[in-house]
Amino acid sequence: MTDKSHIRNFSIIAHIDHGKSTLADRLIQKCGGLTDREMKEQVLDSMDIERERGITIKAQTVRLNYTAKDGEDYVLNLMDTPGHVDFAYEVSRCLAACEGSLLVVDASQGVEAQTLANVYQAIDQDHEIVPVLNKIDLPAADIERVSEQIEDVIGIDASDAVQISAKTGIGIEDVLEAIVTRLPAPHEGDRDKPLKASLVDAYYDPYLGVVVIVRIIDGVMKKKQKVKMMRTGATYELDNVGVFAPKPTYVDELGPGEVGFMIASIKEVADCAIGDTITTEKNPTTTALKGYKDVQPVVFCGLFPVDAGDFDDLRAAMGKLRLNDASFTWEMETSAALGMGFRCGFLGLLHLEIIQERLSREFDLDLIATAPSVVYELTMTDGTDYELHNPADMPEVTKIKEVREPWINATIYTPDEYLGAILKLCQDRRGIQTELTYVGGRAMIKYELPLNEVVFDFYDRLKSISRGYASFDYEIVEHRAENLVKMNILVNDEPVDALAMLVHRDRAEGRGRQMCERLKELIPRQQFKIPIQAAIGAKVIARETISAVRKDVTAKCYGGDATRKRKLLDKQKAGKQRMRQFGKVEIPQEAFVAALRMDGD
Amino acid sequence: MSGSPRLPDELFGIYVHWPYCAKICPYCDFNVYAAKSRDTSALEAAILKDIEGYAAGLTGRTLTSLYFGGGTPSLCAPSFLSEVIETSAVQFEPDGDIEITLEANPEDITPERLKAWKAAGVNRLSLGVQALNDDALRFLGRNHTSDEARKAIDAALNVFPNTSIDLIYARPGQSIHAWLEELDSALSKGTPHLSLYELTIKEKTAFAKQVEREQFIPLGEDEQADLYIETLKLTAKRGLPAYEVSNHARSEDYCSRHNLTYWLNGEWLGIGPGAEGKLELPDGRTTTIAEQRVPDYISAVEERGTGSAETFSLTGIEAAEEAVILGLRSKRGVDRASVEARLGAPLNARKLESFTENGQLLEEAGRISLTEKGWLLADYIAGEILP
Repeated sequence: MTDKSHIRNFSIIAHIDHGKSTLADRLIQKCGGLTDREMKEQVLDSMDIERERGITIKAQTVRLNYTAKDGEDYVLNLMDTPGHVDFAYEVSRCLAACEGSLLVVDASQGVEAQTLANVYQAIDQDHEIVPVLNKIDLPAADIERVSEQIEDVIGIDASDAVQISAKTGIGIEDVLEAIVTRLPAPHEGDRDKPLKASLVDAYYDPYLGVVVIVRIIDGVMKKKQKVKMMRTGATYELDNVGVFAPKPTYVDELGPGEVGFMIASIKEVADCAIGDTITTEKNPTTTALKGYKDVQPVVFCGLFPVDAGDFDDLRAAMGKLRLNDASFTWEMETSAALGMGFRCGFLGLLHLEIIQERLSREFDLDLIATAPSVVYELTMTDGTDYELHNPADMPEVTKIKEVREPWINATIYTPDEYLGAILKLCQDRRGIQTELTYVGGRAMIKYELPLNEVVFDFYDRLKSISRGYASFDYEIVEHRAENLVKMNILVNDEPVDALAMLVHRDRAEGRGRQMCERLKELIPRQQFKIPIQAAIGAKVIARETISAVRKDVTAKCYGGDATRKRKLLDKQKAGKQRMRQFGKVEIPQEAFVAALRMDGD
Repeated sequence: MSGSPRLPDELFGIYVHWPYCAKICPYCDFNVYAAKSRDTSALEAAILKDIEGYAAGLTGRTLTSLYFGGGTPSLCAPSFLSEVIETSAVQFEPDGDIEITLEANPEDITPERLKAWKAAGVNRLSLGVQALNDDALRFLGRNHTSDEARKAIDAALNVFPNTSIDLIYARPGQSIHAWLEELDSALSKGTPHLSLYELTIKEKTAFAKQVEREQFIPLGEDEQADLYIETLKLTAKRGLPAYEVSNHARSEDYCSRHNLTYWLNGEWLGIGPGAEGKLELPDGRTTTIAEQRVPDYISAVEERGTGSAETFSLTGIEAAEEAVILGLRSKRGVDRASVEARLGAPLNARKLESFTENGQLLEEAGRISLTEKGWLLADYIAGEILP
C-alpha cells in the first residue's frame, strides 16, 4: 500500500485523434509497465472496435510506478475515460474518481467541442488541470494560437502547458513530473475508518468474470473480506483485489486514495450499480457516497434477424453483450414487415452503432436495423402518461392530449468557413440558435434542437458539410410539447410498420415526399406498378409510383456470355435474399434505414 | 444447297475468334484490336495448334459446326480458313451436315473472296450489315454504305444461299415506323436468316463515353419494348419468325446450328484470344477461357498446348443456371427434369405458375420455354425461377 501523499489519480481529456491513447502508451512505457515487446499499439483500447476506431468505450485504469526527480516513488493511476458524448456519464464517473486531469490538445487542430464538454465536467469536479499540447513536431503546430485558444475558450492558464509529441516521445518525462508536482494527492481518506469505496465501473472478463473497478476512500480492501454494496444490498466475499499494471496484478490490499479492482462471484455487470458505495459487511460505514445518475437510453431502434431462424441466436448474443454493458436495453418486438425482433435502447448514436457492429462481427449475425427514434412522452386524454419507444405503437390520435419530444442543447465548434452551411443545417432541423461566438478563426455555435432531428444523420451531415472539421456535442435538456403526428408509409396500399415515424406536422409533407422518392429509388421495379404513399391518418400527403419492368433481356447472348450472365444472376439472387416479401412487393432490407437518409438538406 | 437439316442430338462446335478489325466499332465490347498491317502468322499457327491441343484430350465427338467470329474473320486469308477447317476435320470427325459459318463485313465481299471461302469449305455467311440507312451506318461507325451493303447481300446470296444479316435497331431517336421500314427492306433482300439486336450501351465502349457526355440519349425501356414487339410481329408475318430472342429464320433448316449449340447446352471449343469454351468432362461441365491478349494466347499455346488461361468445372447448380439462362432464349426452351437433376432441387413452382398465368411461360412435354411476351423479360424470369 502506498501512502496517499504519494498517489496521484488522474484522467486524460482529449478529442478523438488528439493523441490520448498514444500518450497513455508512452506513459506506460516510460514507467516500465510493459516491456517493449508487450507494448501493443494503444494498450488501453482492448476491444477490437475500440482499437479500430481509436475510441475508448469502457473506462479503464492503469497503475504507473514512477520515481520522480525528487527521488521519491509515486503511484500514478491513470483513469482512461471514453471520449464520446454517448458515454458522458462514464466520463463523469471516471472524473469523480480522480483529483486532476491532463487536457491534451492537438497543437495543430486546437480545442474541439467534445474536449470542451469533458473539460467543463472536470472543472465542475474541482479538478486541477494541466494543459498538454501534443503533436508539437508537426509543421502545422501553432503553439501560441492554441495556447491562446485554451485560455480564451476554457479559461485556464496555458502559459506553462507541457509541450510534447506522444508519437516521438518528446516531453513525456515532463508530463510525468507535472502529474507529480502540479496535480494534488487524494484529499481525504483515513486508513483506520470503516471501508468506503466507490464502484467506478464494471466489466465482464471471460477468464476473471465480472471485474469491478474501485476507488478506495477510507479503510482498506483486501482478499477474503466480506463486502456489501450499499445500494443493492448484495454481499460478496472478495476472491481477490488487484491493480492494473497494466496487466491485472493481485495485491494484498488497497488503501485510501488507491484505485484498483476487486473480483467476487458477481454474475453479471448489471448486478453492479455504478456509483454504488462498497463497504464491509461487519462494521460498515454509515455514510454512503453520493451516487451517480442512472443511465437512461435515449435512442431506440428495432433490430431484426435477416433470417427469422436466427432469432434465438440474436437473443443469446444480446444477453452476452449485456453482461458487459448494462446500459443497453431491449424488449421483444414483432413487426409485420420484419418479423420477430427486439426494440433496443442505447445511450446515443455511437453506442447504437457499436452494439450493431459487435452483434454482426462478434456473433456473426445478419441484422436489419430500423431507423433510430427517440423516446416520446405522451399524455392521454384520460390523464395518464405514456412513454413511446416505437412510432408503430402510437395510440389513436383522438386519445392523445399531448406529445412531448426530447430537446437537446448542442454545441458545435467549427472553422468559420463552414458556419453558413452548419447554421442552415441546424435551422432545417428545427433548431433554435442560442449562442454564436468567435475565437480565433473558429466559431462556437449553440443550438437547441429536437433530438428527433439529430438522431439519424445529423452528425454525418455535419461532418460532410464541414469536411470533418466541425465537432459536435450535446446534452438532453427537456421534453417539449410539439405538434407531432405519426406518418405512415404505404407500399402497394399497405402500411409498412417498420417505416412509420413521428414527424412535426409542419415538416410532414417534405419528409413524406422525400421518403416516397427515396423508396422509389430503393425498391426495385417489379412486374406491376407499385404506388408508394405517405399518409397521416387517412390523408395521403405524398405519392410516388414505381413503374413496372417491361423489358429485361440481353439482346446478344452467345457462348462467351454464359459466365458473365451467370455472375449477374448470382447478384440478382443475392439481392433477392436481402429482400423482404411484403404483401406482393419485395422490399430490400437496406430500404428500412436508407429511406430516412436525407440528402442535400 | 439447303441449310442444315435435322438437328443432331449431340451438338459439338468449334468457335474460332479472330480478334482483328479494320476499325473498332463504337458499340463493340468484344476482345478486338485494330488490324493495322500486322503479321498474323504466329496467331494463325497458334489457333491451329490450339485445336490440336484440345483434340488430344477429347474423344468420341462428332463436329457439328464451326464458326469463325470476331473481330473480323473476313480479313483472314482464305488459305488460313481452309487450314482451320481441314485441321478441325482431321482432329474431329465432321458430321455430314456440318455448318461452317464465317462472319463477314459487307466491304470485304468480293466475287473472288466469296469463291475462295466456298472453296475452303465455308457454307454459311453472317453479314455485319447493322443498318440499311447511311446516317445510322455513320453513327454506328461502320465502313460501308447502305448501297454497298445491299450489293454485298445480293452477291453473298448468289454463292451462299444460307446467308444471314445482322441489324442493330433501337438506335437513338429511331421511331417504330422508321425501323419497320428499314426492317422491311432488309426482309425483302430474301436472306433466310436474320439477327436483330437492340443497341445496347456496353461499359467501356466509345458509346458509353458518349452517353456519359450526353452526346446522345439511348432509347428508353418502354420504346425498346414496343420496338421489340413490332419486330416480332413483322418478321413472323414475313415468314422469318424468331427462334431465339434476337434470331429469326425462314425454317428450322436455316436456324444457326452453331448458335443453337450455345442455347441448347451443347459443347464447344473456344479457340482464339479471349474465346470461352464449354465441355462436358469427367469432372463435370467445364468452362475454358482463353488468354485475352494475343501475345499471351500465342505463348500459352506454345507452352501448354492450348490457349486456355483458366479452366474451371461448374457445380451442378452453376451448370443448371447457365442452361436456364441460355435455354430460355431459344424457342425450344430447357428440359425441366435434366435442369432439376443438375440443380439437385426443383425450380420455383410458385414462380413458374405465376409466369404461366401471365402468359409469359409455357411447359410442354417436359420442356419449359418462354412466349414472346416472356422473352421481353427473359433474364428476369431466369433469375426468378431458379431456386
